[in-house]
Amino acid sequence: MNGDKLMEVIDLSVSYGPIQALKGVSLAINKGEIVALLGANGAGKTTLLQTISGLLKPTGGSIIYQGVNIAGMEAEKVVEKHLVHVPEHRQVFSTMTVLDNLYLGAYHHRKKSKMKNIEKNIGKVFDLFPILKDRKNQLGGTMSGGQQQMLAIARGVMAEPELLLLDEPSLGLAPLIAKDVLELVRNLRAEFGTTVLLIEQNVTASLKVADRGYVISHGEIVKSGSSKELLNDPEVKEAYLGHTVN
Amino acid sequence: MGDLLQFTLTGVTIGSIYAIVALGFVTIYSVTKVINLAQGEFVMLGGLTMYSLTSAGVPYLLGFVITIIVVSILGWIMEYLLIRRAKGADPISLIILTIGTAIFIRGIASVVWGKDQLRVAPFTENTPVNIANATITPQAIWVVVIMLLVVFLLYILIDKTMVGKAFQASSVNPLAARLMGISPKRMSSLSFTLSAALGALAGLAIAPIMFPSYDMGTMLGIKGFSAAILGGLGSAPGAVIGGLLIGLLESLGAGYISSGMKDAITFSAILLILLIRPSGILGEKSVGKGGL
Repeated sequence: MNGDKLMEVIDLSVSYGPIQALKGVSLAINKGEIVALLGANGAGKTTLLQTISGLLKPTGGSIIYQGVNIAGMEAEKVVEKHLVHVPEHRQVFSTMTVLDNLYLGAYHHRKKSKMKNIEKNIGKVFDLFPILKDRKNQLGGTMSGGQQQMLAIARGVMAEPELLLLDEPSLGLAPLIAKDVLELVRNLRAEFGTTVLLIEQNVTASLKVADRGYVISHGEIVKSGSSKELLNDPEVKEAYLGHTVN
Repeated sequence: MGDLLQFTLTGVTIGSIYAIVALGFVTIYSVTKVINLAQGEFVMLGGLTMYSLTSAGVPYLLGFVITIIVVSILGWIMEYLLIRRAKGADPISLIILTIGTAIFIRGIASVVWGKDQLRVAPFTENTPVNIANATITPQAIWVVVIMLLVVFLLYILIDKTMVGKAFQASSVNPLAARLMGISPKRMSSLSFTLSAALGALAGLAIAPIMFPSYDMGTMLGIKGFSAAILGGLGSAPGAVIGGLLIGLLESLGAGYISSGMKDAITFSAILLILLIRPSGILGEKSVGKGGL
Protein backbone atom coordinates (compact mmCIF):
# COMPACT_ATOMS: atom_id res chain seq x y z
CA MET A 1 0.00 0.00 0.00
CA ASN A 2 1.25 3.42 -0.87
CA GLY A 3 -0.12 6.83 -1.71
CA ASP A 4 -2.35 9.15 0.30
CA LYS A 5 -4.94 7.68 2.55
CA LEU A 6 -8.33 8.99 1.43
CA MET A 7 -10.45 7.20 3.99
CA GLU A 8 -9.73 5.11 7.02
CA VAL A 9 -12.42 3.17 8.85
CA ILE A 10 -11.34 2.34 12.39
CA ASP A 11 -13.00 -0.23 14.63
CA LEU A 12 -16.48 0.54 13.27
CA SER A 13 -19.47 -1.10 14.94
CA VAL A 14 -23.12 -0.95 13.89
CA SER A 15 -26.17 -2.62 15.43
CA TYR A 16 -29.72 -3.21 14.29
CA GLY A 17 -31.37 -3.30 17.70
CA PRO A 18 -29.80 -6.21 19.59
CA ILE A 19 -28.13 -7.62 16.48
CA GLN A 20 -24.60 -6.45 15.88
CA ALA A 21 -24.10 -6.18 12.13
CA LEU A 22 -20.54 -4.81 12.18
CA LYS A 23 -18.14 -5.80 14.94
CA GLY A 24 -15.17 -3.49 14.82
CA VAL A 25 -14.41 -3.20 11.11
CA SER A 26 -11.19 -1.45 10.07
CA LEU A 27 -10.03 -0.74 6.55
CA ALA A 28 -8.26 1.94 4.56
CA ILE A 29 -8.52 3.25 1.02
CA ASN A 30 -5.87 5.25 -0.77
CA LYS A 31 -6.48 7.94 -3.35
CA GLY A 32 -7.08 6.49 -6.79
CA GLU A 33 -7.59 2.91 -5.69
CA ILE A 34 -10.39 0.56 -6.60
CA VAL A 35 -11.11 -1.62 -3.59
CA ALA A 36 -13.55 -4.55 -3.60
CA LEU A 37 -15.53 -5.63 -0.58
CA LEU A 38 -16.28 -9.34 -0.71
CA GLY A 39 -18.51 -11.47 1.43
CA ALA A 40 -21.62 -13.60 1.52
CA ASN A 41 -25.16 -12.23 1.82
CA GLY A 42 -25.72 -10.77 5.25
CA ALA A 43 -22.01 -10.43 6.00
CA GLY A 44 -22.38 -6.68 6.52
CA LYS A 45 -21.16 -5.24 3.20
CA THR A 46 -24.16 -3.03 2.54
CA THR A 47 -24.32 -2.05 6.21
CA LEU A 48 -20.72 -0.84 6.00
CA LEU A 49 -21.43 1.28 2.92
CA GLN A 50 -24.59 2.71 4.43
CA THR A 51 -22.74 3.65 7.59
CA ILE A 52 -19.95 5.36 5.66
CA SER A 53 -22.47 7.40 3.66
CA GLY A 54 -24.45 8.36 6.77
CA LEU A 55 -27.64 6.38 6.17
CA LEU A 56 -26.91 4.38 9.33
CA LYS A 57 -25.49 5.57 12.63
CA PRO A 58 -22.53 3.63 14.01
CA THR A 59 -22.55 2.51 17.63
CA GLY A 60 -18.77 2.85 17.86
CA GLY A 61 -15.59 3.56 15.94
CA SER A 62 -14.68 6.26 13.50
CA ILE A 63 -14.58 7.00 9.78
CA ILE A 64 -11.75 9.36 8.94
CA TYR A 65 -12.36 10.83 5.50
CA GLN A 66 -9.87 13.42 4.23
CA GLY A 67 -8.69 13.92 7.78
CA VAL A 68 -12.16 14.47 9.28
CA ASN A 69 -14.20 12.01 11.33
CA ILE A 70 -17.52 11.72 9.51
CA ALA A 71 -18.95 8.85 11.58
CA GLY A 72 -22.57 9.65 12.44
CA MET A 73 -22.82 12.60 10.06
CA GLU A 74 -26.15 12.98 8.20
CA ALA A 75 -26.17 11.44 4.71
CA GLU A 76 -27.06 14.75 3.07
CA LYS A 77 -23.94 16.32 4.62
CA VAL A 78 -21.62 13.46 3.73
CA VAL A 79 -22.31 13.85 0.02
CA GLU A 80 -21.23 17.49 0.25
CA LYS A 81 -17.76 16.16 0.98
CA HIS A 82 -17.80 14.47 -2.42
CA LEU A 83 -18.18 11.06 -0.82
CA VAL A 84 -20.92 9.61 -2.98
CA HIS A 85 -22.94 6.44 -2.43
CA VAL A 86 -24.68 4.70 -5.33
CA PRO A 87 -27.04 2.42 -3.39
CA GLU A 88 -28.09 -1.10 -4.26
CA HIS A 89 -31.20 -1.62 -6.40
CA ARG A 90 -30.31 1.56 -8.35
CA GLN A 91 -32.88 3.80 -6.67
CA VAL A 92 -33.31 6.11 -9.63
CA PHE A 93 -36.03 8.77 -9.45
CA SER A 94 -38.43 6.66 -11.45
CA THR A 95 -41.05 9.26 -12.33
CA MET A 96 -38.49 11.87 -13.35
CA THR A 97 -36.58 12.19 -16.62
CA VAL A 98 -33.03 10.95 -17.08
CA LEU A 99 -31.87 14.55 -17.37
CA ASP A 100 -33.60 15.55 -14.12
CA ASN A 101 -32.01 12.57 -12.40
CA LEU A 102 -28.62 13.80 -13.53
CA TYR A 103 -29.27 17.40 -12.43
CA LEU A 104 -30.28 16.10 -9.02
CA GLY A 105 -26.97 14.30 -8.79
CA ALA A 106 -25.35 17.75 -8.82
CA TYR A 107 -27.80 19.08 -6.22
CA HIS A 108 -25.34 19.46 -3.36
CA HIS A 109 -22.96 21.67 -5.29
CA ARG A 110 -25.59 23.59 -7.26
CA LYS A 111 -24.69 26.83 -5.50
CA LYS A 112 -20.91 26.68 -5.38
CA SER A 113 -20.40 25.34 -8.83
CA LYS A 114 -21.72 27.32 -11.78
CA MET A 115 -24.44 25.97 -14.03
CA LYS A 116 -21.82 25.89 -16.78
CA ASN A 117 -19.80 23.38 -14.79
CA ILE A 118 -22.85 21.20 -14.22
CA GLU A 119 -23.65 21.29 -17.96
CA LYS A 120 -20.04 20.34 -18.67
CA ASN A 121 -20.32 17.37 -16.31
CA ILE A 122 -23.51 16.28 -18.03
CA GLY A 123 -21.61 16.37 -21.32
CA LYS A 124 -18.86 14.17 -19.86
CA VAL A 125 -21.40 11.76 -18.41
CA PHE A 126 -23.12 11.52 -21.80
CA ASP A 127 -19.75 10.69 -23.40
CA LEU A 128 -19.31 7.92 -20.87
CA PHE A 129 -22.90 6.65 -21.11
CA PRO A 130 -24.11 7.39 -24.66
CA ILE A 131 -27.35 5.50 -24.04
CA LEU A 132 -28.38 8.11 -21.48
CA LYS A 133 -27.98 10.88 -24.01
CA ASP A 134 -30.33 9.11 -26.40
CA ARG A 135 -32.86 8.71 -23.62
CA LYS A 136 -32.42 11.92 -21.71
CA ASN A 137 -36.12 12.79 -21.82
CA GLN A 138 -37.35 9.34 -20.89
CA LEU A 139 -38.62 8.65 -17.36
CA GLY A 140 -36.05 6.85 -15.23
CA GLY A 141 -38.42 4.08 -14.22
CA THR A 142 -39.27 3.12 -17.80
CA MET A 143 -35.73 2.11 -18.72
CA SER A 144 -34.29 -1.39 -18.57
CA GLY A 145 -32.40 -2.60 -15.51
CA GLY A 146 -29.02 -2.09 -17.12
CA GLN A 147 -29.86 1.42 -18.26
CA GLN A 148 -31.19 2.30 -14.81
CA GLN A 149 -27.93 1.09 -13.32
CA MET A 150 -25.99 3.28 -15.76
CA LEU A 151 -28.22 6.17 -14.74
CA ALA A 152 -27.65 5.51 -11.04
CA ILE A 153 -23.88 5.52 -11.54
CA ALA A 154 -24.03 8.54 -13.84
CA ARG A 155 -26.08 10.42 -11.25
CA GLY A 156 -23.42 9.54 -8.70
CA VAL A 157 -20.72 10.87 -11.04
CA MET A 158 -22.64 14.16 -11.34
CA ALA A 159 -22.00 14.64 -7.61
CA GLU A 160 -18.27 14.91 -8.47
CA PRO A 161 -17.15 12.04 -6.24
CA GLU A 162 -13.69 11.81 -4.77
CA LEU A 163 -14.73 8.49 -3.29
CA LEU A 164 -17.52 6.51 -4.91
CA LEU A 165 -19.28 3.74 -2.98
CA LEU A 166 -20.87 1.28 -5.38
CA ASP A 167 -23.27 -1.29 -3.99
CA GLU A 168 -23.85 -4.29 -6.27
CA PRO A 169 -23.88 -2.38 -9.55
CA SER A 170 -24.34 -5.54 -11.61
CA LEU A 171 -27.12 -7.10 -9.52
CA GLY A 172 -29.88 -8.48 -11.69
CA LEU A 173 -28.16 -7.60 -14.96
CA ALA A 174 -27.48 -9.92 -17.86
CA PRO A 175 -23.84 -11.16 -17.70
CA LEU A 176 -22.66 -9.13 -20.70
CA ILE A 177 -24.18 -5.91 -19.35
CA ALA A 178 -22.78 -6.68 -15.92
CA LYS A 179 -19.35 -6.87 -17.51
CA ASP A 180 -19.88 -3.46 -19.15
CA VAL A 181 -20.88 -1.93 -15.83
CA LEU A 182 -17.75 -3.22 -14.11
CA GLU A 183 -15.64 -2.05 -17.04
CA LEU A 184 -17.08 1.40 -16.38
CA VAL A 185 -15.59 1.49 -12.91
CA ARG A 186 -12.13 1.46 -14.46
CA ASN A 187 -13.16 4.09 -17.01
CA LEU A 188 -14.35 6.32 -14.19
CA ARG A 189 -10.97 6.20 -12.54
CA ALA A 190 -9.21 6.83 -15.83
CA GLU A 191 -11.50 9.74 -16.69
CA PHE A 192 -12.12 11.43 -13.33
CA GLY A 193 -9.51 9.88 -11.03
CA THR A 194 -12.34 8.57 -8.86
CA THR A 195 -11.48 6.29 -5.96
CA VAL A 196 -13.98 3.42 -5.68
CA LEU A 197 -15.14 1.10 -2.93
CA LEU A 198 -17.09 -1.63 -4.65
CA ILE A 199 -19.43 -4.36 -3.43
CA GLU A 200 -20.02 -7.08 -5.95
CA GLN A 201 -21.55 -10.55 -5.78
CA ASN A 202 -19.42 -11.73 -8.65
CA VAL A 203 -16.12 -12.13 -6.87
CA THR A 204 -13.97 -13.01 -9.88
CA ALA A 205 -15.31 -10.11 -11.91
CA SER A 206 -14.92 -7.59 -9.11
CA LEU A 207 -11.36 -8.70 -8.30
CA LYS A 208 -10.53 -8.26 -11.97
CA VAL A 209 -11.37 -4.54 -11.83
CA ALA A 210 -10.20 -3.94 -8.27
CA ASP A 211 -6.63 -3.36 -7.09
CA ARG A 212 -7.25 -4.78 -3.64
CA GLY A 213 -9.97 -6.45 -1.69
CA TYR A 214 -11.28 -7.07 1.79
CA VAL A 215 -13.26 -10.14 2.75
CA ILE A 216 -15.98 -9.53 5.31
CA SER A 217 -17.75 -12.30 7.18
CA HIS A 218 -20.30 -12.03 10.00
CA GLY A 219 -19.51 -8.36 10.47
CA GLU A 220 -15.74 -8.70 10.65
CA ILE A 221 -12.92 -8.28 8.16
CA VAL A 222 -11.40 -11.75 7.91
CA LYS A 223 -8.96 -11.28 5.06
CA SER A 224 -7.40 -8.60 2.93
CA GLY A 225 -4.89 -8.45 0.14
CA SER A 226 -4.24 -7.57 -3.48
CA SER A 227 -6.72 -8.86 -6.00
CA LYS A 228 -4.20 -11.37 -7.25
CA GLU A 229 -3.57 -12.73 -3.77
CA LEU A 230 -7.26 -13.03 -3.05
CA LEU A 231 -8.01 -14.73 -6.37
CA ASN A 232 -5.39 -17.35 -5.58
CA ASP A 233 -6.27 -17.71 -1.91
CA PRO A 234 -7.55 -21.23 -1.25
CA GLU A 235 -10.12 -20.12 1.34
CA VAL A 236 -11.50 -17.39 -0.91
CA LYS A 237 -11.62 -19.85 -3.78
CA GLU A 238 -13.55 -22.33 -1.72
CA ALA A 239 -15.93 -19.92 -0.06
CA TYR A 240 -16.71 -17.55 -2.94
CA LEU A 241 -15.53 -19.02 -6.19
CA GLY A 242 -17.00 -22.48 -5.80
CA HIS A 243 -13.68 -24.28 -6.33
CA THR A 244 -12.87 -27.04 -3.93
CA VAL A 245 -9.28 -27.26 -2.88
CA ASN A 246 -7.82 -30.71 -2.55
CA MET B 1 -80.32 26.80 -19.37
CA GLY B 2 -79.67 29.95 -17.40
CA ASP B 3 -79.89 27.85 -14.25
CA LEU B 4 -77.34 25.35 -15.45
CA LEU B 5 -74.88 28.11 -16.31
CA GLN B 6 -75.46 29.77 -12.95
CA PHE B 7 -74.93 26.57 -11.00
CA THR B 8 -71.84 25.77 -13.04
CA LEU B 9 -70.31 29.17 -12.37
CA THR B 10 -70.98 28.86 -8.64
CA GLY B 11 -69.62 25.32 -8.67
CA VAL B 12 -66.41 26.33 -10.42
CA THR B 13 -65.90 29.18 -7.95
CA ILE B 14 -66.21 27.11 -4.81
CA GLY B 15 -64.48 24.22 -6.57
CA SER B 16 -61.46 26.45 -7.20
CA ILE B 17 -61.17 27.03 -3.46
CA TYR B 18 -61.39 23.29 -2.79
CA ALA B 19 -58.74 22.78 -5.45
CA ILE B 20 -56.30 25.17 -3.73
CA VAL B 21 -56.93 23.51 -0.36
CA ALA B 22 -56.47 20.09 -1.96
CA LEU B 23 -53.15 21.24 -3.47
CA GLY B 24 -52.08 22.09 0.07
CA PHE B 25 -52.83 18.53 1.16
CA VAL B 26 -50.96 17.10 -1.82
CA THR B 27 -47.93 19.31 -1.24
CA ILE B 28 -47.42 18.06 2.30
CA TYR B 29 -48.49 14.48 1.64
CA SER B 30 -46.21 13.91 -1.31
CA VAL B 31 -43.08 14.78 0.65
CA THR B 32 -43.89 13.72 4.22
CA LYS B 33 -46.73 11.18 3.80
CA VAL B 34 -48.58 13.19 6.45
CA ILE B 35 -52.20 14.24 5.91
CA ASN B 36 -52.24 17.69 7.44
CA LEU B 37 -55.74 17.98 8.86
CA ALA B 38 -54.97 21.54 9.96
CA GLN B 39 -54.95 22.58 6.30
CA GLY B 40 -58.42 24.12 6.61
CA GLU B 41 -57.19 26.23 9.55
CA PHE B 42 -54.63 27.88 7.27
CA VAL B 43 -57.53 28.97 5.07
CA MET B 44 -59.36 30.38 8.10
CA LEU B 45 -56.24 32.16 9.30
CA GLY B 46 -55.80 33.66 5.84
CA GLY B 47 -59.32 35.12 5.85
CA LEU B 48 -59.26 36.36 9.44
CA THR B 49 -55.74 37.84 9.32
CA MET B 50 -56.84 39.80 6.28
CA TYR B 51 -59.89 41.00 8.21
CA SER B 52 -57.72 42.30 11.05
CA LEU B 53 -55.26 43.97 8.74
CA THR B 54 -57.85 45.74 6.60
CA SER B 55 -59.79 46.78 9.72
CA ALA B 56 -56.58 48.29 11.08
CA GLY B 57 -56.32 50.38 7.93
CA VAL B 58 -53.52 48.52 6.21
CA PRO B 59 -53.78 49.01 2.43
CA TYR B 60 -55.44 46.09 0.68
CA LEU B 61 -52.54 44.89 -1.41
CA LEU B 62 -50.08 45.17 1.47
CA GLY B 63 -52.52 43.30 3.74
CA PHE B 64 -52.74 40.59 1.11
CA VAL B 65 -48.97 40.10 1.06
CA ILE B 66 -48.60 40.31 4.85
CA THR B 67 -51.36 37.71 5.31
CA ILE B 68 -49.60 35.23 3.07
CA ILE B 69 -46.28 35.81 4.84
CA VAL B 70 -47.78 35.53 8.34
CA VAL B 71 -49.66 32.32 7.61
CA SER B 72 -46.63 30.81 5.82
CA ILE B 73 -44.55 31.50 8.89
CA LEU B 74 -47.19 29.79 11.03
CA GLY B 75 -46.98 26.77 8.73
CA TRP B 76 -43.22 26.76 9.12
CA ILE B 77 -43.55 27.00 12.91
CA MET B 78 -46.04 24.14 12.95
CA GLU B 79 -43.55 21.93 11.12
CA TYR B 80 -40.65 23.07 13.28
CA LEU B 81 -42.37 22.76 16.66
CA LEU B 82 -44.52 19.70 16.11
CA ILE B 83 -43.77 17.54 13.12
CA ARG B 84 -40.00 17.78 13.51
CA ARG B 85 -40.07 17.16 17.28
CA ALA B 86 -42.11 14.04 16.71
CA LYS B 87 -39.35 12.76 14.44
CA GLY B 88 -39.55 9.05 13.87
CA ALA B 89 -43.27 8.88 14.67
CA ASP B 90 -45.23 7.13 11.97
CA PRO B 91 -47.50 9.19 9.70
CA ILE B 92 -50.63 8.07 11.58
CA SER B 93 -49.38 9.62 14.84
CA LEU B 94 -48.38 12.74 12.94
CA ILE B 95 -51.87 12.98 11.46
CA ILE B 96 -53.33 12.89 14.99
CA LEU B 97 -50.89 15.67 15.87
CA THR B 98 -52.24 17.77 13.02
CA ILE B 99 -55.80 17.25 14.31
CA GLY B 100 -54.66 18.51 17.70
CA THR B 101 -53.02 21.48 16.04
CA ALA B 102 -56.22 22.25 14.15
CA ILE B 103 -58.28 22.24 17.35
CA PHE B 104 -55.67 24.41 19.06
CA ILE B 105 -55.58 26.96 16.23
CA ARG B 106 -59.38 27.08 16.12
CA GLY B 107 -59.50 27.69 19.87
CA ILE B 108 -57.00 30.53 19.67
CA ALA B 109 -58.85 32.00 16.70
CA SER B 110 -62.17 31.99 18.56
CA VAL B 111 -60.52 34.02 21.34
CA VAL B 112 -58.78 36.45 19.00
CA TRP B 113 -61.56 37.03 16.47
CA GLY B 114 -64.66 35.95 18.40
CA LYS B 115 -67.26 33.55 17.08
CA ASP B 116 -69.06 35.80 14.63
CA GLN B 117 -68.73 35.78 10.89
CA LEU B 118 -66.68 38.74 9.74
CA ARG B 119 -66.81 40.77 6.59
CA VAL B 120 -63.78 41.25 4.35
CA ALA B 121 -63.96 43.63 1.41
CA PRO B 122 -63.71 42.09 -2.07
CA PHE B 123 -60.53 42.51 -4.15
CA THR B 124 -62.20 44.96 -6.51
CA GLU B 125 -65.57 46.68 -7.00
CA ASN B 126 -68.03 43.84 -6.69
CA THR B 127 -71.01 44.65 -8.93
CA PRO B 128 -72.31 41.38 -10.38
CA VAL B 129 -71.95 40.89 -14.10
CA ASN B 130 -74.60 39.27 -16.26
CA ILE B 131 -73.59 36.55 -18.66
CA ALA B 132 -76.41 34.93 -20.63
CA ASN B 133 -79.01 34.97 -17.86
CA ALA B 134 -76.52 34.07 -15.17
CA THR B 135 -74.78 36.45 -12.81
CA ILE B 136 -71.26 36.28 -11.57
CA THR B 137 -69.46 38.56 -9.15
CA PRO B 138 -66.00 39.90 -9.96
CA GLN B 139 -64.77 38.27 -6.72
CA ALA B 140 -65.84 34.87 -8.07
CA ILE B 141 -63.79 35.56 -11.17
CA TRP B 142 -60.87 36.49 -8.92
CA VAL B 143 -61.20 33.18 -7.11
CA VAL B 144 -60.86 31.28 -10.37
CA VAL B 145 -57.98 33.51 -11.49
CA ILE B 146 -56.16 32.89 -8.21
CA MET B 147 -56.63 29.15 -8.59
CA LEU B 148 -55.21 29.22 -12.12
CA LEU B 149 -52.34 31.38 -10.93
CA VAL B 150 -51.60 28.97 -8.09
CA VAL B 151 -51.58 26.03 -10.48
CA PHE B 152 -49.26 27.88 -12.86
CA LEU B 153 -46.84 29.04 -10.16
CA LEU B 154 -46.73 25.59 -8.53
CA TYR B 155 -46.00 24.07 -11.91
CA ILE B 156 -43.11 26.50 -12.48
CA LEU B 157 -41.77 25.94 -8.96
CA ILE B 158 -41.99 22.15 -8.97
CA ASP B 159 -41.10 21.45 -12.56
CA LYS B 160 -38.68 24.18 -13.54
CA THR B 161 -36.56 24.94 -10.48
CA MET B 162 -33.87 22.92 -8.77
CA VAL B 163 -35.68 23.24 -5.42
CA GLY B 164 -38.82 21.89 -7.06
CA LYS B 165 -36.93 18.98 -8.55
CA ALA B 166 -35.46 18.25 -5.14
CA PHE B 167 -39.00 18.38 -3.77
CA GLN B 168 -40.18 15.81 -6.32
CA ALA B 169 -37.11 13.67 -5.73
CA SER B 170 -37.79 13.61 -2.00
CA SER B 171 -41.28 12.39 -2.67
CA VAL B 172 -40.36 9.79 -5.33
CA ASN B 173 -37.40 8.27 -3.49
CA PRO B 174 -36.47 9.79 -0.12
CA LEU B 175 -33.45 7.52 0.33
CA ALA B 176 -31.84 8.39 -2.99
CA ALA B 177 -32.71 12.05 -2.39
CA ARG B 178 -30.73 12.06 0.85
CA LEU B 179 -27.78 10.50 -0.92
CA MET B 180 -27.89 13.40 -3.40
CA GLY B 181 -27.64 15.88 -0.53
CA ILE B 182 -31.34 16.78 -0.34
CA SER B 183 -32.26 17.26 3.31
CA PRO B 184 -35.60 15.64 4.12
CA LYS B 185 -36.01 18.08 7.02
CA ARG B 186 -35.68 21.07 4.75
CA MET B 187 -38.14 19.58 2.28
CA SER B 188 -40.65 18.82 5.04
CA SER B 189 -40.29 22.38 6.28
CA LEU B 190 -40.72 23.74 2.78
CA SER B 191 -43.83 21.63 2.20
CA PHE B 192 -45.57 22.98 5.31
CA THR B 193 -44.61 26.56 4.54
CA LEU B 194 -45.76 26.28 0.95
CA SER B 195 -48.97 24.59 1.90
CA ALA B 196 -49.75 27.23 4.54
CA ALA B 197 -49.23 29.88 1.86
CA LEU B 198 -51.67 28.02 -0.39
CA GLY B 199 -54.17 27.87 2.45
CA ALA B 200 -53.78 31.61 3.08
CA LEU B 201 -54.36 32.34 -0.59
CA ALA B 202 -57.53 30.25 -0.59
CA GLY B 203 -58.65 32.11 2.55
CA LEU B 204 -57.95 35.49 1.02
CA ALA B 205 -59.83 34.64 -2.14
CA ILE B 206 -62.90 33.20 -0.45
CA ALA B 207 -63.16 35.64 2.48
CA PRO B 208 -65.24 38.27 0.67
CA ILE B 209 -67.68 35.59 -0.52
CA MET B 210 -67.92 33.40 2.53
CA PHE B 211 -67.62 35.77 5.52
CA PRO B 212 -64.86 34.02 7.45
CA SER B 213 -65.26 32.83 11.02
CA TYR B 214 -63.05 30.84 13.39
CA ASP B 215 -64.68 27.52 12.46
CA MET B 216 -64.74 27.83 8.67
CA GLY B 217 -61.62 25.68 8.35
CA THR B 218 -63.23 22.42 9.38
CA MET B 219 -65.61 22.04 6.44
CA LEU B 220 -63.16 23.52 3.93
CA GLY B 221 -60.49 21.15 5.19
CA ILE B 222 -62.76 18.13 4.79
CA LYS B 223 -63.84 19.21 1.33
CA GLY B 224 -60.27 19.91 0.27
CA PHE B 225 -59.14 16.57 1.65
CA SER B 226 -61.96 14.82 -0.20
CA ALA B 227 -60.89 16.60 -3.36
CA ALA B 228 -57.32 15.41 -2.89
CA ILE B 229 -58.49 11.82 -2.33
CA LEU B 230 -60.90 11.98 -5.24
CA GLY B 231 -58.17 13.22 -7.55
CA GLY B 232 -55.74 10.57 -6.32
CA LEU B 233 -53.76 11.58 -3.26
CA GLY B 234 -50.33 12.77 -4.32
CA SER B 235 -51.40 14.01 -7.73
CA ALA B 236 -51.51 17.80 -8.19
CA PRO B 237 -53.58 17.79 -11.40
CA GLY B 238 -55.85 15.27 -9.66
CA ALA B 239 -56.33 17.69 -6.75
CA VAL B 240 -57.51 20.41 -9.13
CA ILE B 241 -59.87 18.07 -10.97
CA GLY B 242 -61.15 16.69 -7.66
CA GLY B 243 -61.72 20.18 -6.27
CA LEU B 244 -63.63 21.41 -9.30
CA LEU B 245 -65.68 18.22 -9.47
CA ILE B 246 -66.74 18.49 -5.82
CA GLY B 247 -67.60 22.17 -6.28
CA LEU B 248 -69.75 21.34 -9.31
CA LEU B 249 -71.46 18.36 -7.66
CA GLU B 250 -72.28 20.50 -4.67
CA SER B 251 -73.64 23.39 -6.65
CA LEU B 252 -75.64 21.28 -9.10
CA GLY B 253 -76.91 19.08 -6.26
CA ALA B 254 -78.02 22.11 -4.27
CA GLY B 255 -79.58 23.76 -7.31
CA TYR B 256 -81.43 20.88 -8.88
CA ILE B 257 -82.21 18.65 -5.91
CA SER B 258 -82.00 20.28 -2.51
CA SER B 259 -79.56 22.57 -0.79
CA GLY B 260 -80.00 20.61 2.44
CA MET B 261 -78.91 17.48 0.60
CA LYS B 262 -75.92 18.95 -1.22
CA ASP B 263 -73.26 17.41 1.02
CA ALA B 264 -75.00 14.04 0.98
CA ILE B 265 -75.16 14.16 -2.80
CA THR B 266 -71.52 15.21 -3.10
CA PHE B 267 -70.18 12.56 -0.79
CA SER B 268 -72.35 9.83 -2.34
CA ALA B 269 -70.84 10.70 -5.68
CA ILE B 270 -67.32 10.66 -4.18
CA LEU B 271 -68.01 7.22 -2.69
CA LEU B 272 -69.25 5.95 -6.02
CA ILE B 273 -66.21 7.23 -7.90
CA LEU B 274 -63.84 5.78 -5.32
CA LEU B 275 -65.61 2.42 -5.49
CA ILE B 276 -64.95 2.33 -9.22
CA ARG B 277 -61.43 3.84 -9.02
CA PRO B 278 -60.07 3.23 -5.51
CA SER B 279 -56.84 5.11 -6.22
CA GLY B 280 -58.71 8.24 -7.29
CA ILE B 281 -59.19 9.82 -10.70
CA LEU B 282 -55.48 10.32 -11.35
CA GLY B 283 -54.16 7.89 -8.74
CA GLU B 284 -50.39 7.61 -8.47
CA LYS B 285 -48.86 6.26 -11.61
CA SER B 286 -46.74 3.27 -10.90
CA VAL B 287 -43.69 3.18 -13.12
CA GLY B 288 -41.80 1.01 -10.68
CA LYS B 289 -39.49 2.26 -7.99
CA GLY B 290 -36.40 1.80 -10.07
CA GLY B 291 -35.41 -1.26 -8.11
CA LEU B 292 -35.95 -4.96 -8.12
